Amino acid sequence: MARAATTTDAFNAIAEPRRREILDVLVGGERPVNDLVSALGLTQPQVSKHLRVLREAGVVDVRDQGRQRLYRLNGTALRPVHDWVADYARLWDERYARLDDVLEDLKRDEQGDGGR
Amino acid sequence: MISTHTATVTLPTDEQILITREFDAPAHLLWRAVTEPDLVKRWWGAERGQVDLVEIDLRVGGQWRYVMTAAGSDVEVGFHGEFYEIVEHERIVQTEVFEGFPDAHSVNTMTLVEADGRTTLTTLVQHQAKAHRDMQIDSGMEAGMQESFDALERVAAALR
Repeated sequence: MARAATTTDAFNAIAEPRRREILDVLVGGERPVNDLVSALGLTQPQVSKHLRVLREAGVVDVRDQGRQRLYRLNGTALRPVHDWVADYARLWDERYARLDDVLEDLKRDEQGDGGR
Repeated sequence: MISTHTATVTLPTDEQILITREFDAPAHLLWRAVTEPDLVKRWWGAERGQVDLVEIDLRVGGQWRYVMTAAGSDVEVGFHGEFYEIVEHERIVQTEVFEGFPDAHSVNTMTLVEADGRTTLTTLVQHQAKAHRDMQIDSGMEAGMQESFDALERVAAALR
């Protein structure tokens, strides 16, 4: 089953590691571009280019405050990405919940044998 | 007491999946739980089916194969591969082929890191192509949907 085409932009936008770094910074709240430049250690034009891709995908919003432009995360646009991976993550949650039970049994057996 | 940890799934690159989870057990017990067939059978199928076969020839160049029957059907799903690297209680590198799509294989690196009696298990799945990686994640979505349908069915049955 393929993903809905409408989510493609968001997936492409976060496919690039530096763009994911920008999102990681913005998780902490709104930031002016200078903060992102210093956090990523890239040049301002490079950061601006990444921000443009993120804005076009709707993953990042921008607003003017005085002379500053503030960038912030738009969580709604990232929702499809999260949901897509969440179902796969649930499979592992189920598996590992059972693995917890197996480990509890192994721990009990070991204690019964006086440990290793 | 069993704590409720959550598995974290991230996509470090277009071709990768990284699954991370902490366990309240030392690494040598996790090693047993992921390498001994009788123990793997108890957890690998999750809530999604019956694990019919687990074969593990744990040596470099050795083969492994898991087969399960999907819940509520007689569809058999098989996975197999070869061991590339084995460091006891620490690391396993192995290939994985989903037999329903034999054209693709991933290279999976499992790492165990123990600290204070707890162990973090990470699995890095490296696919050859983004499409294959996406297909694997989609399969989780399909299984998730199947579960939702099953739950709906139970609710509907209870209303009869």
